[in-house]
This record gives sequence, structure tokens and C-alpha cells, in this order.
Amino acid sequence: MARSALAGLIVRRCAAAVAFVMIVACTAFLLVRLAPGDAVTDLQIRVADPEVIAATRARLGLDQPLATQFGRWLVGLAHFDLGQSSTFGRPVTSLVAARLLNTAQLAGLALVLATCVGLPLGVMSGARPDSWLAKSVTAVSLVIAACPPIIATLILLWVAVMTGWLSVKPGSVALPVIALAAPVAAMLERLQSQSSAEAAHSTSVLAAAARGIPSSRLTWIHATRQSLRPVVGVYGVVVATLFSGSIAVETITDWPGLGRLTLEAVQGRDLFLVSGCALAGAVLIAASNLAADLLRLAIDPRLRSAA
Amino acid sequence: MIRRRRWAMTAGGILTVAIAVAAAGAPFLAPNAPHVQFEDRLFAPPMPLHVRGHSGLAAPFVYRQVLEDRVGRRFRADVNTPVPVRWFSGGHLVSVPSGQEPLLILGADSLGRDLFSRLLFGARRSLAVALAGVAGALVIGALVGGFAGSQGGRTESTLMWFSDFLLALPGAYLVLVLRGLLPPVLSDWEIFLLLASLFALTAWPHAARGVRSIVSVERARDYAEAARALGAGPFRQFLHLLPAARGFLAIEVVLLVPALLVAEATVSYLGLGFPAASASWGTLLQDAANVTALTEAPWLLAPAASLFLVTLGLHLVNPERPETSPRV
Repeated sequence: MARSALAGLIVRRCAAAVAFVMIVACTAFLLVRLAPGDAVTDLQIRVADPEVIAATRARLGLDQPLATQFGRWLVGLAHFDLGQSSTFGRPVTSLVAARLLNTAQLAGLALVLATCVGLPLGVMSGARPDSWLAKSVTAVSLVIAACPPIIATLILLWVAVMTGWLSVKPGSVALPVIALAAPVAAMLERLQSQSSAEAAHSTSVLAAAARGIPSSRLTWIHATRQSLRPVVGVYGVVVATLFSGSIAVETITDWPGLGRLTLEAVQGRDLFLVSGCALAGAVLIAASNLAADLLRLAIDPRLRSAA
Repeated sequence: MIRRRRWAMTAGGILTVAIAVAAAGAPFLAPNAPHVQFEDRLFAPPMPLHVRGHSGLAAPFVYRQVLEDRVGRRFRADVNTPVPVRWFSGGHLVSVPSGQEPLLILGADSLGRDLFSRLLFGARRSLAVALAGVAGALVIGALVGGFAGSQGGRTESTLMWFSDFLLALPGAYLVLVLRGLLPPVLSDWEIFLLLASLFALTAWPHAARGVRSIVSVERARDYAEAARALGAGPFRQFLHLLPAARGFLAIEVVLLVPALLVAEATVSYLGLGFPAASASWGTLLQDAANVTALTEAPWLLAPAASLFLVTLGLHLVNPERPETSPRV
């Protein structure tokens, strides 16, 4: 009974994720199509020959009515064919897939790094808020939380050039990942610290302490089990934040990710490429939100029984 | 948590007010006009104010800069001719006598413009667009959130579904795509309005979500029940319930301003915001973002430092958990 309700919940979340992706991709397609100018506008300014322009329009399918274009694109989508990019002259699917993997790698590594650094430090500083270690962690977190990725990248770049501690060559992964992860790690540390401090005073931890459970076990297992809930709750927003931040990081460090591709696509009015980028980004976000939802179900039995 | 806040709030308040005053007083505080290009001053280093000369203490003065090597952009301070600075002269707080110009407190950028003056005038533009965006976001957020919370039922779930949908999208992508679809060349004013409305459009769900949860709790209170019993319509109920969200909206300002400053910096840095000639923190960063500039002219990081200080100041002012709320 409860099991089928849980399965139903998971199925509903998956359906919502698919709907999210479709809405984002379709909106992007229609927005680009309805915005002034198309992929031929640039050509019109450079080449005045109407025949060339008409031929290019026909080749790109821009002479068809909106409904036909949209329908064709949807049919293609069902075959994982996202059309041809007008700026790169290559199939959108392969272009977007490569860039999506790069951005996913950047954001994924940043998320892992931020979690591995931020959460343990947060548990520690929340458990003993008066120790000098906790106070210095808090101060450092406050400073780093005020460094958004665009600033963190510039400062790290400067430090890297001055000291040579990090490679600044294009394609080196450490600098962009650290720059993207730093503010998120600081944010997770603060959140976890507050949550841990609250959990340490809860009745269940008090009861466990009364049973004679050692204090390190209380901090790291008993209190952490309940204090993780608010932190996992913000993971959906964290993913969106990482994505937003990745645009600046990718541009400054020359990382060939989805952000830069989207920028080029929008500027070139590359209809299929913009839609493809939107689709890819939406897939990544929907997948991570779904993962965060499932994680929340896994760690919080109350949510499972509510289903 | 609350304990550490007292001194922190004071420090944050001082920082925030100082930056606001610097932005508001830019024409008076800046020694030079932000757009003037000084000849032979490309990437000129900062000119520190000295108070100790050859013969002990003296009134504040600077040393003239002499260009030694045009290709290597090497400058030398001419220690034999100290130039005393003038105070309150010609409508500027601090300046140097004519013929001895320019006074470059923070050095010059890639076109020989005074970075300190550009930073001050840029603060005006960046802060103004962020504040306008926040104002728009709060109005939309309060209307949507307040309406959803005071109505309940299907209206509430539909509106909140929509705002959650927008919340899941990365704000920077949304702003870039929408901006990219509009004509690239616009006047300064048009860009200002456009950026402010794009920021409002992406940031309002943050406000709406909080307002909704406050108002829907408030809806169960006796005074709301009494208003309904007296026949208050949806609009009157909304007016009764919305004031409960005042405190939340005030805190939201403190959270959204830094987020939108970063958004302006990102968009302008990428060339989709203010035109490069108009000083804003984003356009100033364009000069800083390459390895050569950073090694040879680290003072170009000044806009990044300012952005950091504003964010830190506003985080410290906030009585609630500021740094734990991811925004935009």
C-alpha cells in the first residue's frame, strides 16, 4: 500500500521533470522565432542579393509558417534530432551534447567539492560554536559567501598567475571548479552549521545523550541525520545557482561549456541551437532536481509516510 | 547566531552607507570625468597620496608620473617634483593644479581613463539598475505572492507552480537569452530599463514564495476571518494580509541587491549589458578579465573588490541568515 503510493510519487516527479524540459524547450523555440530578426538578418546586411537570401531561408526552413517549423522540430525531437545549427553548420545534437557534458562536469565537480568541504565544516562549527576553529570557519565562510563566481574566478586567476599554484591554461579544471564551488561551499557550511546547532538541542539527541552515547557519535550521526534535511532542501536552488555562475566562469576561463554556446546561439539567432541549448540545460536541471527530491525521500522518513 | 550579529551589523551598516555615499557623491568625489582619456596614461599605476616628503611631514601630495617605456607601459614616479593636491577646488573633493593632471588615485584603464572616477560613476549605474530591479521584483512578488496566499485554493497552487517553475531556471541564463533576443544596440536609458525589467522578471519568484507563505499563515488568523465574515472581497483581504510580509520584504531587498549587482556585472561583462563606454561595474570588469591585464595592472580588479564589499556589507547588515539563501 505505502509502497505503491511511494512509487506513484516517484512517477509523478518524473512526469513533472519531463514536462519541465518540454515547456522550457518549446518556450525557447517560440521566443527565438517570434523575436525580431532571424539567422539570415546578418546575411541581409552583408549580401543584398534577394535570391541568395531566399535560398538560404529555404535551406534553413525559415520560409515555412511557424506551425510547420514547430511541428517539424517536435517530430525531430522524438528522434533525438534537434536540427542543424545555422552558425556552426553542424547537427545541434552532437554540438550540444559535447558542451552539456563539459558544463555538467564543471557543475558536478563543483557541487561535490562544495558538499565535501561545506557540510563537514558546518557540522563541526555547529556542534561547538564557541571554539576558535568554529569561529574562524564562520568568518572565512562569511567572506567567501560574498564572492560570487565571477569575482572568485578573477581573484583566483590573479592569485594563480602571481603564485603559480593553479594552472591557468585553458582546459585545466581546478581553477573553474574551485571558483564555482567556493561560494556554494560557504553557503552550505553556514546552513549546515545553523541546522546542526538546532539539532544538537533537539529532544531526540538529548535522549541519545542520556543513553550514554559518546558525543562525537551524537554530533556526526544522531544530530546530522536530522540536520541534513534543510540542506538537502536547497539543493535544487543550488543547482540553478551553479548554472548561473557557470556562464561567467566559462567565459573567463575559456571553458567550452553550454553557457558560451547559448550566448553564441542567441547572438546568431540560431533557432535550433538556442532550442537545443535550452533543452539540454533543462534536462540537466530537471535531472538534478529529481535527484535532490529522491535524496530527500531517502533521508526523511516523514516524507515517505506522507506519500 | 544572534550574538555575533551586533558588531557585524554595525560594520556592515558602515560599509553599505559608505558605498552608497560614494555612489551618490560621484561627481564631487571623483577627481576626473569618467570618460576622459588621458594621453600616455594607458594602464598607468595608482598614484598614492603621500604625507611624508624629503623634509618630514607635509600636506598631502602626489608624485608626477613619467612614462618611461611606451611599449612596456612602464611608469616612474618623479620624486623630485611633489605635486600638492588641492581640496574642494573646482567642484571636486580632491584634485591637482591644472597642468599637473591627471590625478589617478586607482590608476588608469586600458584607454587611459581614471579608474577611480569610473568606479564611482559605475557604482551609480550598477546600484541604480540593481535597486530598480529589486523594486520591480518586490512589487510583482508581493502582488503575486499576496494574491496567491490570500486566495488559496487553485489560484494559489497555479501561481505558485508558475513561480516555482521560474525559480528552477538559472536566472543568468534567462536574462542572457531574453537580452540576446532584443536589438543589440540600444541607448543607455533603454538598456537601463531593459536590464531592470529583466532582473525584476527573473527575481520576483523569490519574493513571491516568501510572501505567499507568510500571507497564507496569516489567512487563518481571527482578524482575517473577521474581515471575511464582514464580506471583504479578494482585494480587501489582500490589503489586510499583505502588511504581515513587510519585514520579509525588507530582508529580501538586502538579499536581492547583491544578486542583481552580480547579474549586472555578468551581463555587462559579456557585452550584453551597458555599452563599453558607459561606466558600470560590469563594463569595468571587461578590462580585468585577462591574464595579461591582471599581472600587469592588478588595480583593474577594483570593481571586483567593490562588488565584494557591497555584498559583504549587505550580508552583515541582515539580521537573519543572509549567506544561506541562494539567489538568482
